[in-house]
Amino acid sequence: MLTIPAIRWGKPYKSLDNLEVIHFDTGEPIAKIAQVNGGMLQMDYRHAPRARQVLREIPSRELIERCKKAAHLFESAVLPMGDQTQSVDDFVHQQSASTGLPEHMCVNNMKKNAFVLANMDKILDSLTRGLDLDIFTRGYGEEGRGVTVSYQVQTPVLGAVLPNNSPGVHTLWLPAIALQIGLLLKPGSQEPWTPYRMVSAFMEAGIPPEAFGLYPGGHDVGGTLLTRCTRSMVFGGAQTVQQYEGNPRVQPHGPGFTKILIGDDVVDRWEDFLDLMVESVFSNSGRSCINCSAIWASRHTEAIAEALAERLGPVDVLPPQDPKAGLAAFTNKQMALGTWSMVQQDLSESGVIDKTAKFGERLVEKERCAYLRPVIAHANSPERAIAAKEYMFPFVTVVQSPQKDFVSKIGSTLVCTALTKDQGLIDQLTESTVVDRLNVGPIPTNRLNWLQPHEGNLIDFLFRSRAYQLADMG
Amino acid sequence: MSTPQLDPSTAAAQLDAHTVELVQWHFHESTGSPFWLEKKSQLKFDPLKEVKCFADLKKFPLFEDDWLRGGPVRRWVPKGLEGRPTYVFETGGTTGIPKSRVVIDDFRIDYELFSHTLPDQYFPKGANWLMLGPSGPRRLRLAVEHLCQYRGGISFCIDLDPRWVIKLIKLGWMEHLEAYKKHCIDQAITILTAGHDIKCMFTTPKLLEALAYGLAEKGTSIQECGITGIFSGGTEFTPQWTRFCVEELLSGPVEESGVYMTPTYGNTLMGLACSKPITADDDYKISYYAPQPRAVVEVVDFDDHNQLVPYGGTGRVKLYTMTKEFFVPGFLERDEGEREQPYEKYPWDGVSGVRPYHVIASQTTVGVY
Repeated sequence: MLTIPAIRWGKPYKSLDNLEVIHFDTGEPIAKIAQVNGGMLQMDYRHAPRARQVLREIPSRELIERCKKAAHLFESAVLPMGDQTQSVDDFVHQQSASTGLPEHMCVNNMKKNAFVLANMDKILDSLTRGLDLDIFTRGYGEEGRGVTVSYQVQTPVLGAVLPNNSPGVHTLWLPAIALQIGLLLKPGSQEPWTPYRMVSAFMEAGIPPEAFGLYPGGHDVGGTLLTRCTRSMVFGGAQTVQQYEGNPRVQPHGPGFTKILIGDDVVDRWEDFLDLMVESVFSNSGRSCINCSAIWASRHTEAIAEALAERLGPVDVLPPQDPKAGLAAFTNKQMALGTWSMVQQDLSESGVIDKTAKFGERLVEKERCAYLRPVIAHANSPERAIAAKEYMFPFVTVVQSPQKDFVSKIGSTLVCTALTKDQGLIDQLTESTVVDRLNVGPIPTNRLNWLQPHEGNLIDFLFRSRAYQLADMG
Repeated sequence: MSTPQLDPSTAAAQLDAHTVELVQWHFHESTGSPFWLEKKSQLKFDPLKEVKCFADLKKFPLFEDDWLRGGPVRRWVPKGLEGRPTYVFETGGTTGIPKSRVVIDDFRIDYELFSHTLPDQYFPKGANWLMLGPSGPRRLRLAVEHLCQYRGGISFCIDLDPRWVIKLIKLGWMEHLEAYKKHCIDQAITILTAGHDIKCMFTTPKLLEALAYGLAEKGTSIQECGITGIFSGGTEFTPQWTRFCVEELLSGPVEESGVYMTPTYGNTLMGLACSKPITADDDYKISYYAPQPRAVVEVVDFDDHNQLVPYGGTGRVKLYTMTKEFFVPGFLERDEGEREQPYEKYPWDGVSGVRPYHVIASQTTVGVY
């Protein structure tokens, strides 16, 4: 069986404690992953400055070229993985087997990660607003208008407590290497595949191994990582986001409560946007924070919900190898049962209609896992509890609401697609602080432009703009 | 060490004889405690006549630790020891009534026996000690202090209140928890670096880790502070943690670092079980052996608590305590583990891989200090 060690600043470490990663459906073990304790990370963190030091010895331009090479290796090569090697097919099978994601979605997520890495030059050019990357290496430089600028690095390494089952989020930490900042990662227990393969690709592409730490383990590892690293990301639920909100050292990523708003000016031709809505709800099995969980409009809402239900209601469980499979398994059956129980409670409220009810049972229980088939609900008011809910499967509520209440009542929204030409509504949304990514026009919520910042600009998180005055010493 | 080497059959005979002697003591009207004399009237057999060997203890119902909650505490004092200065030590008690155990000399006897298992090379006679762990109503502080004095040293003590630690965790006050831990560690570092010639210490695994980090931040280490012998216990040891501790917190295996660490397993009810020396060759496996015949550890079937599991098999840890001060004829610990073969130093069963019993592990806060 594949055995995967921890990586301590590039050095593999075999632990006496190992966690078996098992196939979500058959229960067969797929791999053994070393488990370490938070103390080991704490001791190793003393050497974090070395990670930045070895990266600073390589010019950013060269690191970007190596990132491009890593992107190619990541999506095409046979790479070292633990005590064996891993082909692309192995990667896809393993990731699907442990996360329950259909294999074609694993392929898509792999391509997305490789795309971001391959386009690192354009992404950094965009995020830095065209600054010479040597300024980040040296700490200061000439902006180009006779102005000295200085960016003070806030951390030698970027830490990340990665999620268990969302292979699409790894794009967020990828730019760190090109910015000469090391990576200290706690991989998710069911999805170690992407961080391990990515780090393997980085090393094969010539990035110094000393720049990488991979510490699989329990909660104490995550806690230590977030305490020690001066800049880190954490992926979790609403409670995790609330815990770290306002903490300048931690960037929490959780539910997105992503929405589509249809303005009064275009709502009469809502059918033109049906494909966009279906894609926004259904892509990646509705698991992402950028999947749409609510569609707001002032009229035709029941018709919109019924049309979505006609498209998504019949979707059924297919084997993960099937290219048409649209649903990911809940690898933890209890989580599916709990989620379904909460959805049922939401659906029972007066003013809420389950438009997918006529398409058969939503909960599909298997021996070791379970699935939830798409749920399309209609709420006759933003006051219904279901209007503000998001779940980890294809789920959306079509909310009937006057347009004038959109901005004041939608609440926190990671991605907002505004289908309107109404400049007043666009202005309101542009000014609103509850909306993060704003799409004006027919852009599915899941289609991210990687040249734009996501949940804050990573440059601002890792570097701080400060004064830097120079005078000739004579 | 002065413990006589026994063979398994001699050890078993000794245990049988000890069992009969102690049952006679605890159930005789002139020497038994009010608690056990009252219990005797509820038993369906006469322990004075029908306990003729250790196996006969299975006739008793399981000991319930809830019996130890609340008073009057004197009901536990055997009549044969009336008038002797008596301590009460507590366990639990974060919320509700703690469990109380009366003690007269047992903690001294237990730790003197333990002292004979410590290698003098790393726990030098006359060396001073640091006791970094819970004191308050627990016996640990007095016990470690006695151990130190028995070996000719003087013990420095830093207190940590585990009841407060558990409350902090339950309240989610993690910053307070870190501050409290730092408060304890700062005191320990101050003492260790104040020229007191401290060579030995007791601490819990979590505090040992925290001490190592605290010293590392100051550019030093446990080894550089002059510590050569550590006895640790109170919370779970895993082989991987022990390996990490030896290789990275204590600067390497004892032959290279000169720092010896011995895990122990025990509680207020039983006393102190020693571990077989831990080695890298054995993948840092930790096997504990009770101080027979004063205490016995069994690994029993999860469903049939009178049935030992085969050697190497997994089961619930069952404890017996038989001293003149305290009698526990079979208590199911909140732990599970694997049954171990006797070996020459301890010619009776041991237990390895001790960890919280899987059924209750998810419901309790363990390993907090």
